Amino acid sequence: MSEETMNQEETIKSLLARVETLEENAPNDSLCLGVMDGDYDKTMAAFIIALGAAAYDMEVDMFFTFWGLAALRDPKKKAKKDFLGKMFGAMLPKKASKLPLSKMQMMGMGPPMIQAVMKMHKAKSLDELMKDAGEFGIRIHVCTMAMDVMGMKKEEMIDYPHIDYVGVGAFVGMFQEAKQCWFM
Amino acid sequence: MSTELQALDVAVEVDARGTACPGPLLDAKRAIGDCPVGGVMCVMSSDEGTIIDIQRWSKKMKHEYVGDYEDDGYWRVFMKKNG
Repeated sequence: MSEETMNQEETIKSLLARVETLEENAPNDSLCLGVMDGDYDKTMAAFIIALGAAAYDMEVDMFFTFWGLAALRDPKKKAKKDFLGKMFGAMLPKKASKLPLSKMQMMGMGPPMIQAVMKMHKAKSLDELMKDAGEFGIRIHVCTMAMDVMGMKKEEMIDYPHIDYVGVGAFVGMFQEAKQCWFM
Repeated sequence: MSTELQALDVAVEVDARGTACPGPLLDAKRAIGDCPVGGVMCVMSSDEGTIIDIQRWSKKMKHEYVGDYEDDGYWRVFMKKNG
């Protein structure tokens, strides 16, 4: 075998190894969203973006933490809580449709007004968006640390087809491999 | 352009009129599976944003945006499925 051929073979081998490493490290066609804000309008925006990404066949992971958890509560479900947990439970919105607006909350008049305007324009409510998200395989990951701090329990969370309970390690693992990660 | 589009043989028609974003895009995503390869899908929407949405979305999903026209207060957006 000539020296030139051997060099070319070496070069090809090393190039293939590098391409393999690049492929392994290339981002997946996925979107990560950190949802912490807990406002109705911002949570809506998170789900609309998630759904738009799902329409492009992107994988979507939504990580809910702190005030964002209120959107995942089901008021029809009961959970045993200690005193502080009960206090938090009473003070936090009981379900997604009861989240406050980030602006024009107007001491509670804001949400029903915006929901009426949305209905006039046939915009989907947060509940409807969350139902669509389930249909499109959008995954919801619940921060267990925030749940513990606020005394929230798994038993009171909504029935959502793709929900699991994780820590920040999982979230970092997800966004390391994702194309985009945003926090709202 | 609208006369040519009207003459097209539409395989799947999606009526997303009266729904707001992301409704039309999601309806298009749900319906594209029913469209045969090479067939034309028409998305009807009362949201003008749907036109550019479908232009970008169809390109990314390897389909083809064909055209659009306004018809009596709503838009008809045409795309061709490429497989």
